[in-house]
Amino acid sequence: MAPTLCAMCKTQRALIKRPKNHAKLCKACFITIFEDEVHHTITSSNLFFPGEKVAIGASGGKDSTVLASVLKTLNERHGYGLDLVLLSIDEGIKGYRDDSLETVKRNALQYEMPLKIVGYDELYGWTMDQVVETIGKKGNCTYCGVFRRQALDRGAKMLGIKHVVTGHNADDVAETVLMNLLRGDLSRLSRSTSIVTGDSGSEVKRSKPLKYSYEKEIVLYAHHKKLDYFSTECIYSPEAFRGSARSLIKQLERVRPSAILDIVRSGEDMSRLVPRESSSSCGGCKTTPVASAPAVEDDIGGCGSRNGRTPGGEMAAMDKQLIENEAYERLEIDVASTMARNKATQNEKPKDIPIRNGGSKAATRQVLGNCKRCGYMSSHDICQACTLLEGLNKNRPQIQI
Amino acid sequence: MSAAATQAPPAVPAVQTIPITVDFSGGLEMLFSNRRHHSLDVPAADDEGKKSNIGFLVRHLCSTALKDPRTDLFVLDHHIRPGILVLINDADWELEGEEAYELQPGDNILFVSTLHGG
Repeated sequence: MAPTLCAMCKTQRALIKRPKNHAKLCKACFITIFEDEVHHTITSSNLFFPGEKVAIGASGGKDSTVLASVLKTLNERHGYGLDLVLLSIDEGIKGYRDDSLETVKRNALQYEMPLKIVGYDELYGWTMDQVVETIGKKGNCTYCGVFRRQALDRGAKMLGIKHVVTGHNADDVAETVLMNLLRGDLSRLSRSTSIVTGDSGSEVKRSKPLKYSYEKEIVLYAHHKKLDYFSTECIYSPEAFRGSARSLIKQLERVRPSAILDIVRSGEDMSRLVPRESSSSCGGCKTTPVASAPAVEDDIGGCGSRNGRTPGGEMAAMDKQLIENEAYERLEIDVASTMARNKATQNEKPKDIPIRNGGSKAATRQVLGNCKRCGYMSSHDICQACTLLEGLNKNRPQIQI
Repeated sequence: MSAAATQAPPAVPAVQTIPITVDFSGGLEMLFSNRRHHSLDVPAADDEGKKSNIGFLVRHLCSTALKDPRTDLFVLDHHIRPGILVLINDADWELEGEEAYELQPGDNILFVSTLHGG
């Protein structure tokens, strides 16, 4: 078989077939276009401002390593003027995190970025190994996910940084869209599709510049640029709901590679149908800060791309679920009534629905406050981390004596 | 078993095995004795006498090199698990005919999992 030539430069041998459009590209053109597309995502959504200090949530895995590499490249090439820092979380899982943290330390040298590591032990007094010792493997991802979300924010705060970028890719977003669709959780579905989560109301904003990048291309980018990354599975990771959604996405990709971006786009379109808080709750609450729920509650299932949101048996998780269900039940009615209203008033123009919610917050009735115990931003009196910690600390004496 | 059959008769084509290198990364090395790089001589033809292709190589790897019981992390329904990238001499196997690609001496086949976290 004669080698296929690159569709862009027409001189080099094509080595990559792009999942989104089947374009056949050589290594150099692929690397260029991958970077250009991330640049486009960044500029079209005004992700950064000049001089901004940005922390890259770095695990040592492929996604965050590629993110760090691409951001360094683009920052220099296009003069973003960003001050980039690597921020890593040490969950305290022996034989898993130790090795990946070594990778992050090498990345810090390779990319000449300062590195900050914050440990669960210093933040919460518990390592994940100790948590698992106490509660068992079932449901531990809930703890890890809640702890990590706060840990990244707290680490950023320690560094005086207000923006954390994470390596979530298109496959991750598609997976989350599917999961929320399968759970009937339109509200969270809406939030999960935003490129920026957390807004002026929250202290630390989060964004995912690789939101439109295929996992396949991320791996190929890392391979062809010979990036140093670490891959292993969390030793406590269960193959739960997220795992099934993941397999489904990968199988769909095999049959129809564009499916992944199509799911992301469908998610974005659906999120426009979800009523915002202004239309669903009190009309005069403009001044009340509404919980920027993403910063508090999203990604509760843990490590984004890996761990399932486990339906473990803990009371805390159950309680929370019940409270959420109640809240969402009301929203369901709101969705229906809003749609009905739309239909009644503007029958002829069904497309006339709110456009592009961008980084704006989704429908939620929770009001933002601070945890009474740790002071961290929370929509409840006691934040999730403190609730979980309370349960853990109650059990601690039994184990240590 | 086929090794014994192909050794004796001189009538068969000169090359009975094909030397290739196989690499595993992205977490797949865990399934293959924790080794990333493998140099192998694979039979030049499959049981039906057809030239060995990637599909045959995958079956061959499963029966010879895959030591881990979690075979479904590598193969599902007799095919490479979706989410694992295959590169043939650094080129996406989709450009080379996927499972039908016939192995050439000196080929490097890389299996990269995208399924592990980042």
